[in-house]
Amino acid sequence: MIVTAMDVYKLLPKTNCGICGEASCMAFATKLSEKEMELSLCTQMMDEELEKLKNILAPAVSEVTIGTGDKAITIGGDEVLYRYELTYYNPTALVVDVSDDLEESELEERVKTIKDTEFERTGEKLTLDAIAIRNKSGNSEKFVETVKKVKDANLPLLLCSFNPDSMKAALKIVGSDRPLIYATTEYNIEEMAALALEYDCPITLFIPNDLDKMKELSNVLRSKGIKDIVLDPGTFVDAGIGDSLDNFIMIRRQAIEENDEDFRFPIMGVPAVTWISSKEDKVTTGMREATIAATLMNKYADILIMHGADIWELIPVLTLRQSLYTDPRKPQAVDPGIYEFGDVNENSPVLMTTNFALTYYTVEGDLKSGNVNCYLLVLDTGGRAVDVSVAGNQLNAKSVTDLIRNSGIENGVNHQKLIIPGLAAPVSGEIEDESGWEVMVGPRDSSGIPDFLTEKW
Amino acid sequence: MDKMMQLLKLLEKTDYIEINEFRMDFDELEFHLMPAVQQIVGKTREESIIGKEVIPSTPAVGEFVPPVHEYPGKIAEVQLGAGTRQTVYLGGQRALYRFEEPQPNPPVVTFDVFDIPMPGLPRPIREHFSDVMDHPGDWAKKAVHDFGANMVTIHLIGTGPKVMDKSPKDAAADIEEVLQAVDVPLVIGGSGDPKKDPIVLEKAAEAAEGERCLLASANLDLDYKKVAKAALDYNHAVLSWAITDVNMQKTLNRYLMKEGLKPEDIVMDPTTCALGYGIEFSVDVITRTRLAALRGDKDLQMPMSSGTTNAWGSREAWMKKDEWGPTKYRGPIWEIITGLTMMLCGVDIFMMLHPLSVQILKEIGDTFTRNYLTTKVPDISEWITQLEG
Ligand code: B12
Ligand code: SF4
Repeated sequence: MIVTAMDVYKLLPKTNCGICGEASCMAFATKLSEKEMELSLCTQMMDEELEKLKNILAPAVSEVTIGTGDKAITIGGDEVLYRYELTYYNPTALVVDVSDDLEESELEERVKTIKDTEFERTGEKLTLDAIAIRNKSGNSEKFVETVKKVKDANLPLLLCSFNPDSMKAALKIVGSDRPLIYATTEYNIEEMAALALEYDCPITLFIPNDLDKMKELSNVLRSKGIKDIVLDPGTFVDAGIGDSLDNFIMIRRQAIEENDEDFRFPIMGVPAVTWISSKEDKVTTGMREATIAATLMNKYADILIMHGADIWELIPVLTLRQSLYTDPRKPQAVDPGIYEFGDVNENSPVLMTTNFALTYYTVEGDLKSGNVNCYLLVLDTGGRAVDVSVAGNQLNAKSVTDLIRNSGIENGVNHQKLIIPGLAAPVSGEIEDESGWEVMVGPRDSSGIPDFLTEKW
Repeated sequence: MDKMMQLLKLLEKTDYIEINEFRMDFDELEFHLMPAVQQIVGKTREESIIGKEVIPSTPAVGEFVPPVHEYPGKIAEVQLGAGTRQTVYLGGQRALYRFEEPQPNPPVVTFDVFDIPMPGLPRPIREHFSDVMDHPGDWAKKAVHDFGANMVTIHLIGTGPKVMDKSPKDAAADIEEVLQAVDVPLVIGGSGDPKKDPIVLEKAAEAAEGERCLLASANLDLDYKKVAKAALDYNHAVLSWAITDVNMQKTLNRYLMKEGLKPEDIVMDPTTCALGYGIEFSVDVITRTRLAALRGDKDLQMPMSSGTTNAWGSREAWMKKDEWGPTKYRGPIWEIITGLTMMLCGVDIFMMLHPLSVQILKEIGDTFTRNYLTTKVPDISEWITQLEG
């Protein structure tokens, strides 16, 4: 469901008083429809219109917040089935589990791994979002002990137990931190629902492969006044993944196209189950888990519990998340102009790249890790990669010459040599002719820059 | 083609690629069967909750009706393989998802084989094929017999003027060798040189007359008419390649149909941008293409292909970097996730390199032809305690 600025505007006071900070009601309506401003900024609303607006602005998939403070995560919030129609909101939360029967040292190490997992891409630090504590022992004391230890990690928690006593005991410790209760099933719904209400915590409804029942029980939870629900229709691996996909897609269609209140909630996947049936070696199992995670993330998973915590397994999943959740309405670009790396002086080399975020940050990473001292000219290609902008003619003799002239680099160095990316080689001659600078063609991949400079500069 | 550029780039990167042997045993998978009868624990659902006020606004419980759509359009079914070949069918869908109507044909993977030894291929691939790389026929045989390939793509990369400048006649000989060696359908790829490809493909098409291969590719930068004519004259299908642009794809398809090809003779390659290298562009374009087709756009009602091998060009797949873990694991995952993402958007045929990636992709793809809730799924109701460690 996409709300247009017009839908919103109709319900605004239309006085253009400017209190919201926008010049007109229409401008405010546009920002609201694009989720760039808060409705509360307009203080001029009548109650009835306010209610209506709140309703139409509520996302098709409700947002659920787990945790509190600056580490809290919000999941859900989507409005569309396909990202090109608008954008997807709130990247899929990636959660790694810890079991309550680990040795103290193992537990500490695992929590540390989860906290320290970090992968930098296009200037963004990609990390894990939360820890799922699993009541593997079935024993509530052990569960509580583990919860106490993991609490200090200061990450949002998922409490995983089907035993209401264990859940209650754990909530006594961390109930005020808004952990996600995992899970209520058809067998414990009364007790778990009561706990969710008592501690005001979000709750997961786990009903494997039965959407009839899921709808019925979601309705039961809602009728109790519970608003923050997460749906887990079961993650099946091997041939069962087909059913999981069907369930995920049907739930999301119900939410977005049918406005089915019982399904307007974030969806959870549990790729961790890959490890239960697997008889394969750890590496292959890890690859399969990453595959399941990617499958479900592509089709609407809002939160995933993983078991494998190896970086090589998480990198592709983190990368997919970053890709799917970029906003297709905005170019992924950095500011063009002149950048300095390390200590520069009038003899420093001058390199050139484009302002596509992925390109710029890849080059930046290579320059930093190679301890290169240089100037980097960043060409405005409208956020396009090197070979893309060569093919599309945004990277040409004229644009590069303008960049040299306007950046002020000519006053900064006492030479006239420009190192261009290997992929821009086809235009090196024309750049020389137009700018009068000598053009050196660098390596095709920016990881080769440090060696290239050692050899040629 | 796109992937060809990538492979040529890989040739230059040989120093960085470092992947070692690993194996997989698939027969050992164990399934947990569904418990015959699920215990029903009788619990009354009273609305009594201690200590909290309950808003008793009981919403009406509607019934769950699966959200099945009707689509006016249908994807053409393309036959590959005829004459002395086995046959494989692509496309034929009348719905987007399997709960609406299962696909008539599962996604297909075609293994990459080259007419030259390709020393620059990533090590995990070289390791599987190093003993057969001197002969495309042996290479194809190994892909089919050892790795269960349904199809083989023979890339005539050696015909590239900057590669080995092999003649169209040499290319035809290579095609004959592969046709002799295996009986699966072939994709015949050029070197990516827009001038030479049409001539090479024409000769190759002639050598494979009546075998219904897929000629890769026709695009707007080369003499697509020649490629279309070769397909018509010798009974082949054509890969219609546009670069991440739905309108460009429509135009090209229309041009090809003007030359006399039918939708049943065309497979589209809307371009696969690899994971981390713009995969989101491909997701959008491929999703839009398939939706438009099902909604009735006749210019887009053909099956789609993915140059999944592009994945190996991403730095995360090949670059040695200790903080990222071993490349021998990253490479295959990169290929799987790139292909898988395309498959979930509707792609029907995948050009791939690594045996494990092929295997995992096929397993997921095979589920697309089954009906919802007809598979035995493991009992995961106690996963919290079942999971070790
Ligand atoms: C994603 C993509 C797109 C996206 C654009 C994404 C974007 N924001 O740029 C879209 C779909 C929009 C697109 C459009 C087009 N594309 Co395109 N696209 C790609 C793709 C798949 C990946 C590009 C990418 O993200 N690269 C990653 C970045 C990080 O690479 P990079 O910028 O080159 O940076 C690296 C190096 O150059 C080097 N480097 C960078 N800076 C520096 C600096 C120095 C000093 C040095 C030494 C090195 C260096 O290191 C970096 C890291 O490796 C490539 C194929 C491929 N390469 O895999 C085709 C590709 C680039 N596209 C191609 C084409 C033809 C086009 C179009 C012209 C198609 C069309 N006819 O519409 C348009 C052009 C649009 C325009 N310019 O107006 C062709 C170019 C062929 C050629 N060389 O002539 C390619 C190669 C595909 C192909 N094989 O045909 N494309
Ligand atoms: S505060 Fe409200 S009434 Fe005033 S301009 Fe903004 S939207 Fe319009």
